[in-house]
Amino acid sequence: MWEYTDKVRDHFINPRNVGTIDDADGVGEVGSLACGDALKLTFKLDDDKRISDARFQTFGCASAIASSSALTEMIKGLTLDEAAKVTNDDIAQFLGGLPKEKMHCSVMGRDALEKAIAHYQGQTVPKKEGEIVCECFGITDLEIRRAAQENHLKTIEDVTDYVKAGGGCGNCHDRIGEIIAEVRGKPLAVKSQPKVLTNVQKIRMIEETLDREIKPALNQDGGDIELVDFDQNTVYVRLRGTCSTCAASQVTLKSYVETKLKELVSPELVVSEVTQ
Amino acid sequence: MNTVYVDNNATTRVDPAVVEAMLPFFSEYYGNPSSMHAFGGNVAKSIQTAREQLATLINATPEEIVFTSCGTESDSTAIWATISSIPDKKHIITSRVEHPAVKNLYEHLAKKGYKVTYVPVDRQGRLDLDYFHANLSEDTALISIMWANNETGVIFPIDEIAQAANERGIILHTDAVQAPGKIPVDVQKNHVDLLSLSGHKIHAPKGVGALYVRKGTKFTPFLIGGHQEHGRRGGTENVAAIVGIGKAAELAAANLGSSMTEVARLRDRLEQGLINNVEMAMVNGDTTSRLPNTTNISFEYIEGESILLMMNELGICASSGSACTSGSLEPSHVLRAMGVPFTAAHGSIRFSLSHYNTEAEMDYIIEKMPPIIERLRHLSPFWNQGKPDESMFTGAECPI
Repeated sequence: MWEYTDKVRDHFINPRNVGTIDDADGVGEVGSLACGDALKLTFKLDDDKRISDARFQTFGCASAIASSSALTEMIKGLTLDEAAKVTNDDIAQFLGGLPKEKMHCSVMGRDALEKAIAHYQGQTVPKKEGEIVCECFGITDLEIRRAAQENHLKTIEDVTDYVKAGGGCGNCHDRIGEIIAEVRGKPLAVKSQPKVLTNVQKIRMIEETLDREIKPALNQDGGDIELVDFDQNTVYVRLRGTCSTCAASQVTLKSYVETKLKELVSPELVVSEVTQ
Repeated sequence: MNTVYVDNNATTRVDPAVVEAMLPFFSEYYGNPSSMHAFGGNVAKSIQTAREQLATLINATPEEIVFTSCGTESDSTAIWATISSIPDKKHIITSRVEHPAVKNLYEHLAKKGYKVTYVPVDRQGRLDLDYFHANLSEDTALISIMWANNETGVIFPIDEIAQAANERGIILHTDAVQAPGKIPVDVQKNHVDLLSLSGHKIHAPKGVGALYVRKGTKFTPFLIGGHQEHGRRGGTENVAAIVGIGKAAELAAANLGSSMTEVARLRDRLEQGLINNVEMAMVNGDTTSRLPNTTNISFEYIEGESILLMMNELGICASSGSACTSGSLEPSHVLRAMGVPFTAAHGSIRFSLSHYNTEAEMDYIIEKMPPIIERLRHLSPFWNQGKPDESMFTGAECPI
């Protein structure tokens, strides 16, 4: 039995916005009977070009129905630009999470939404391009690449959970493995920028790292460490206990404390001892 | 909320008489049956009694029964024991609708260099006997064909298969876990060499099974260790569970007559009730040669997991051949081998009864199912105003 959240159960038992809108502005259909799940999404825009109504019909399991129901709730009131930003993970989050084997249900929701928006904008739904990797489910390398990038997928099983590829005969597993390796080795052009942390965030993280990682290790040898100040990426600390008299304290400071802080907080940090 | 349990091909309730028989072996009689002292020796006698009870159920002799931990172990033992004993022959035969305990091991052996023949079935799930006969060869070491299918209940002609195997001196193994207690299983009438049984399918606990090994059959142990089970299966015996499966075997033999007739009557009532009250519902499998407790019904244009979870809300427990319920992405290999269309395979529900079920329970299911089906069809894009509508979704097709 799947571990569904109460919210999944609620949206399955009491689905919101079931049906189709007859004079819909956008219509998106994904999936098929053969695949075991399919979703038809329709939406209507108001005068301000916001989604005033969204309805769905879904053939599929409980999480497919719940994901579709959640999607209609999420996009109501949004502009199309806002709606276009909804990710499959947003749908899963809205439901309090989905079992990982069911993540493809949230991907189906996102795909239907994209198609419906494209339909409204008068774009012919882009024909699947790229090389078919999974012949059982007709999944291309582009779809696998996208899912792997957006969801940081690491294994073939992950890819199967998100887009079904590899879930049939298994002949494409090697190729999926290659694609994952490519994606992970060669990060996306639009990869997220390295996080810029404020000083306050850095101080908080330094304190956490000292408490969680560094102090327990020093305590074992009867030593201790205290954060004195932080300025321009320099971390001022005071060594206490046996550390303060230990001849190797500078080694501890540079090779252990600084390395840990660089690794866990920010690579620019430098540690300096306050002796007083 | 009451539970209406119609999933007895998955597992069964342990019979209270079985529990009672087992209990002393947890507390009072905890001796090791291999011990020299009488305290252990008496426990060995109880195992012997269980062996006799099980032998009686299938008309074997007690020495031909090896206790195992489950049906899967029995299957693995039968298959490995045979191919290790006959290393020169490299061809093995099975059906396309076996339980994973057999199917996956055969697929594993195919990768190891064995030539495997998978005998197909027809639309009713009946074995293609012509294909079977045509593929027997001098190089065939082993045939594994189930006695009755767990998903559809279809019973295979083991007598004819056994005859062909015997004539050619090919070892015949049958996974019979679904058969005993539901239909007569007689290894004298049906000359099989190896036969797998499982405790929890016949109202004994989980964690115990048995393998029938015909006297004189070449055998190499699968679990190698101590001398237990006459050197055919190492490991200290799961005494209480073995006592349990023995008692359950005795009760199963007694249940075969009027009790199974009643189960069949309830099954037919349920099946007819559902077919008559739900549009586009159909029975999967050959209804003329079928276990008395099983019916597999497809509710077209909706998906099985959704149906099961709606049923679950009402306390009704059953199984589905849909893709989503198994964690795999493809619907049941049994229904696919039968050529059941996708419109129906995804929405298949298996009801499997036991003598614990009542007529009132069947009527409850007959009353509750139609609204569930209607509700899910209302949600389905393939159903429009009371009719199937496949006009949409002409684009991407899923070739599986």
